[in-house]
Amino acid sequence: MLHTFVAYVEDLPGVLTRVASLFRRLNINISSLTVGRSERPGLSRLTLVCDASAEAGHRIRASLFKLENVVDVDDIAQAPSVTRELALIKVAATPENRSQIFELAEVFRARIVDLAPESLMIELTGVESKIEGLIQVLNESEDRILEICRSGKMTMRRGHHTSRVLRAMGAPAEDSANAEPTENFEDRAAVEPE
Amino acid sequence: MGSNAIPQSSNAHLTTPTRLTGAEIIWATLVGEGVTDVFGYPGGAILPAYDALRKFPIHHTLVRHEQGAAHMADGYARASGKVGVAVATSGPGATNLITGIATAMLDSIPMVCITGNVSSKVLGTDAFQEIDITGITLPVTKHNFLVSKTEDIAPALRHAFQIAQSGRPGPVLVDITKDAQQGTAIFDFAAAKPRPYRPHPMLGTDESSLAGAAELIRNAKRPIILAGHGVIESGAMEQIRTLAERAQIPVALTLLGLGGFPASHPLNLGMMGMHGEAWVNHAIQEADLLIACGMRFDDRVTGTTSQYALKAKKIHIEVDPSEINKNIKVDVALVGDLRSVLEDLLPRIPGRDGSAWIKTIEASKGAVAVRDIKNLPDSGHLYAAHVMHDLWRITGGDAIVATDVGQHQMWEAQYFHHEKPRSLITSGGLGTMGFALPAAIGAKTACPDKEVWVIAGDGGIQMTASELSTIVQEGLKINIAIINNGYLGMVRQWQEFFYERNYQSTPLVSPDFVKLADAHGIKGRAVRTRAEVADAVNEARSHSGPFLLNFMVEKEDAVYPMIPAGSALHEMIRRPGKNPLVESPDDK
Repeated sequence: MLHTFVAYVEDLPGVLTRVASLFRRLNINISSLTVGRSERPGLSRLTLVCDASAEAGHRIRASLFKLENVVDVDDIAQAPSVTRELALIKVAATPENRSQIFELAEVFRARIVDLAPESLMIELTGVESKIEGLIQVLNESEDRILEICRSGKMTMRRGHHTSRVLRAMGAPAEDSANAEPTENFEDRAAVEPE
Repeated sequence: MGSNAIPQSSNAHLTTPTRLTGAEIIWATLVGEGVTDVFGYPGGAILPAYDALRKFPIHHTLVRHEQGAAHMADGYARASGKVGVAVATSGPGATNLITGIATAMLDSIPMVCITGNVSSKVLGTDAFQEIDITGITLPVTKHNFLVSKTEDIAPALRHAFQIAQSGRPGPVLVDITKDAQQGTAIFDFAAAKPRPYRPHPMLGTDESSLAGAAELIRNAKRPIILAGHGVIESGAMEQIRTLAERAQIPVALTLLGLGGFPASHPLNLGMMGMHGEAWVNHAIQEADLLIACGMRFDDRVTGTTSQYALKAKKIHIEVDPSEINKNIKVDVALVGDLRSVLEDLLPRIPGRDGSAWIKTIEASKGAVAVRDIKNLPDSGHLYAAHVMHDLWRITGGDAIVATDVGQHQMWEAQYFHHEKPRSLITSGGLGTMGFALPAAIGAKTACPDKEVWVIAGDGGIQMTASELSTIVQEGLKINIAIINNGYLGMVRQWQEFFYERNYQSTPLVSPDFVKLADAHGIKGRAVRTRAEVADAVNEARSHSGPFLLNFMVEKEDAVYPMIPAGSALHEMIRRPGKNPLVESPDDK
């Protein structure tokens, strides 16, 4: 099954190697990994997606916690959450055939962020299937994709959730920490054109 | 060491912030952490540190190969419970440590390794003797540090000591560049204190798990305690004993658990697993409850996991959450330090009558007198088991024994009965040949008043035999017993059982070990018959210096019983009838 781990790690040299090495040792391929600064000074937040057996989740999380530079680990495969990915797609386009790509971008709620005489760049945010959808449509049309750059998945739990671990460590958290969202919002941005 | 130290200043800088060189900070921090002995080998990138050593009350043992330094630090830690420290230079010095670090990692031994590295300006340029040792050791250390600033040395070292000793212990490496050693910084020992220890967030021994465990124990008809290395690491010997005695539960031990529960205790079943006695493994297969304490269901203990103790519920008390349900699914997990978990559990455990189950196991053992090889007639052959047995009898079981890996290791575990923790020093997880001799040097350094024996095979001893010189240079009274059968014995045994006696590359030509000892200035003696064993052991013990005994044992003897790798615990290869070392009437 697909596991999604969200971890807070110290922003130090070599930390990513330690995290990646743990998966390497288990011969598990990391299918997606994003890292960036978090709301907590000195800590980076990473979202890591991998395919592993259902039982492996507990052990991977426990092993991640054993790394000295890992502060928090959340396995949110099953939890209500929002996942997004960012893609930059460069397409060969002349002034003559630009307009159909503009229309496509409109439908996918994408933006054109660069325009050159022979190409243009599309910025698209959304779930994986939405990005795959645009790429497929571009491939099927006459438009030639020159480059694709994808960020990998970023995931955040829905609602006012702060993990059990963070609370145990004294991080600020509300009483409603584990409450589910009262309203089950549709993943609005994920509405895809058929 | 005393005359070299600067008495008035050796401790002043621990309380008053002082400007020191990085090299001085290394030793000052070690002194502050309570280190009195280190094992190492100098070289270019660690020379500034060695230059400063004379100012500090730390004894340095010069090894002959850095692998020896790591094993000595490991043996020191296993014998004393303190953190062992090894020091090496960059490049080959650092890479030579790796087998020793991995050995400590697999057996959860607290150890700090300090390596020098090239100057920070040339890091990553393939400078002379530069190697990425933090990269190389990443999978075999609990954590490691690359320090390139003088002011970071003390915090990194103090953090390393915290990591090495906390939770599930393990080795930590601190790599310090030469310019960091040469620079100066204000040394403030107190300020270099690491952040408060963060227990693993997935520890958990809640009320319901404790109650669940207690209920399983109360209701069990055929319970067994499986005691592992965690008993010793956590210092839970009394608690295990109380649990066993109060609830009348027999105790089986892992190899690294030997000594954690007295061998002579009536509830002690002995070692379990691949070379455990038949009654132990049968009892585990028949049990209805296993209480696993500080052990990790290693494959050498379980045999094939699909057939392991299928009738038993399992309680797992373990400090490392990643071990829970790793090899064997358990019914109740109590994740925490073994001693404190047992202290929480014990008040819930009432007295219990376990006599019926104990009688059943006792009956399967057969007569003890038959098993005592002292009672067996001398057939003219010298078996390793005789040597172990006599060593145990003559030393009163009170010595620290360091063993290598292989047949002699298993015979030692079977026939040398350990009453006390930290009396057996052996590489269990990694199974490192060449471990015994250097580990014994570490143990003797930690416990100079204890009798220390090396037991090694003719194969393993040659892997680190250069450390014989270290024994002499350090003036250590260590006795060495070589179990010499002319083969890489355990590999030969596997070839005999599983590879149609194709003894490929296992017959072994060795030097005359007595002459080798003599060349080192160590007294030695060869022993060829059983009748000589006691006298030889006594001679070695009464000699004031180190002594080597070369026991020329039966060449093609095998360790019985044996569970072939991948078989179930009850599918043992039993002792053949002709073997005079029949342990039980059951062993036909």
